Amino acid sequence: MRYALLHILFALAFAPLLAGVINRVKAFFGGRRGPSLLQLYYDLFKLLRKGAVYSRTTSWVFRAGPCIALAAVLLALVLTPLGTTPALLAFPGDLLLVVYALGLMRFVTVLAALDTGSAFEGMGASREVQFSALAEVALLVGLLAVAARVEAFSLSVLARQAWSGGMAWPSDAILLLVAAALLVVLLAENARLPFDDPNTHLELTMIHEVMILDHGGVDLAMIEYASALKLWVMGAILVSLALPLPTAQPMLNLVAGLGAIMVLALLIGVIESVMARLRLVRVPQLLVTAGILSFLAVMVAMR
Amino acid sequence: MQAVREILVIVLILLNFRLLGTSRLGACVQTVALQAVVIGLLPLLGPRLPAPWVIAMVAAATLVKAVVLPALVRRALRETGVVRELEPLMGYTLSILTGTGLLVLCYLAGRQLQLPQGGAGQLLIPATLFTMLTGLFLIVARRKAITQVLGFLVLENGIYLFGVAFAVHEPWLVQTGVLLDVFAAVFVMGITIYQINREFDHIDTDRLSTQGLKR
Repeated sequence: MRYALLHILFALAFAPLLAGVINRVKAFFGGRRGPSLLQLYYDLFKLLRKGAVYSRTTSWVFRAGPCIALAAVLLALVLTPLGTTPALLAFPGDLLLVVYALGLMRFVTVLAALDTGSAFEGMGASREVQFSALAEVALLVGLLAVAARVEAFSLSVLARQAWSGGMAWPSDAILLLVAAALLVVLLAENARLPFDDPNTHLELTMIHEVMILDHGGVDLAMIEYASALKLWVMGAILVSLALPLPTAQPMLNLVAGLGAIMVLALLIGVIESVMARLRLVRVPQLLVTAGILSFLAVMVAMR
Repeated sequence: MQAVREILVIVLILLNFRLLGTSRLGACVQTVALQAVVIGLLPLLGPRLPAPWVIAMVAAATLVKAVVLPALVRRALRETGVVRELEPLMGYTLSILTGTGLLVLCYLAGRQLQLPQGGAGQLLIPATLFTMLTGLFLIVARRKAITQVLGFLVLENGIYLFGVAFAVHEPWLVQTGVLLDVFAAVFVMGITIYQINREFDHIDTDRLSTQGLKR
């Protein structure tokens, strides 16, 4: 319980750091010094001090969007374990709730984008929905594969089993497949590079950034913070399921989990540095492939 | 050992999906060669080490399928100047989805078949069936003659592995026969592709069959 609380505090405090790590790695590959590791914190504080401007076309949906998005991702965070550190709330079936809390976050962001009445944002919303519909299959089926193997339906139990290495080798093959699928889903859902370029503003190919163009001030801060937490939540799930790192000390486990998430951020930075963005028509293919990895994991799990 | 075999079988299935999903012919050839290596490794990782002459036979078969045949196809690629398969009869995402359907079918069929000697893992038979079906699918769903040749190679890989899976005593005789067939086939095809290309300036089988109609 204590450690679960500690994990949540760590997540709330360090989630914006992940973006800093990723950008630092990209700067290193590009031969630049890059922004400070704390840049996103500065941005958030700057935005929090600003007022908001609302267009007259928007309704309450636009204002509610960021609040509900932040609330949804906080709910997901409460349900997310980190390695052997269980989630604050754990019950059978909570993995569905985590996936759909993130789904709710996406849904309200899309609604807010459509509410602005801008054709540009509508385009981004349409793409976001198209890609996440494919990513959701990969994510859910992958989690179900692990659930079928462990024969439990709670994310905390799955993570504890996988992390403590209590699974035999063939099921580790499941974990490898699921880890690969989850990594693809993580990149797609968090608007990372092979799918979406977080650096491009006002470009016709972008997806996530285009949806939040009309948000400003506190609203934008909430959205940015919620995105950082979303990256943390998905990273925690990926790390918990993919890394068998058994240690006896709960505290040590928690620290190892935090380290693993930071390493994941490094990995994302490297992926972003060495890969180009996929052509938009190729994106569904990669997501379908991730779905197939998950699907194969289910087949291995069901033997 | 069991675990390594399990992983190799999964890799084999994933390689099939790569064949279904990529448009670059060079990558296809590479994948087929890699598949031959995986299939060559599988019988060696059994519960007991096979006899020396069996190892020699597997090594020879793998050498032919992973080095010689891909080299022949690459030569055909180079001489025809084809880089990628444009406009396949069935799109790549749809091919991958069809592959998933085939995999489910193979899984269901594989549950009915009981392996004479166990130890290969339940996924081996579905994987071999799936490899064969992938080969057939490539032959049906792609236009370029080279992809169709690769489809034959994949089909042969599947048959070979099927033979290994059902190997009780001496499957090697059968496989040598199959291998000889395929070797001859690819040899002929390599020459044919070259000739077709020289005659018609392309290797598009679809356009070959309508050639007479247009005239």
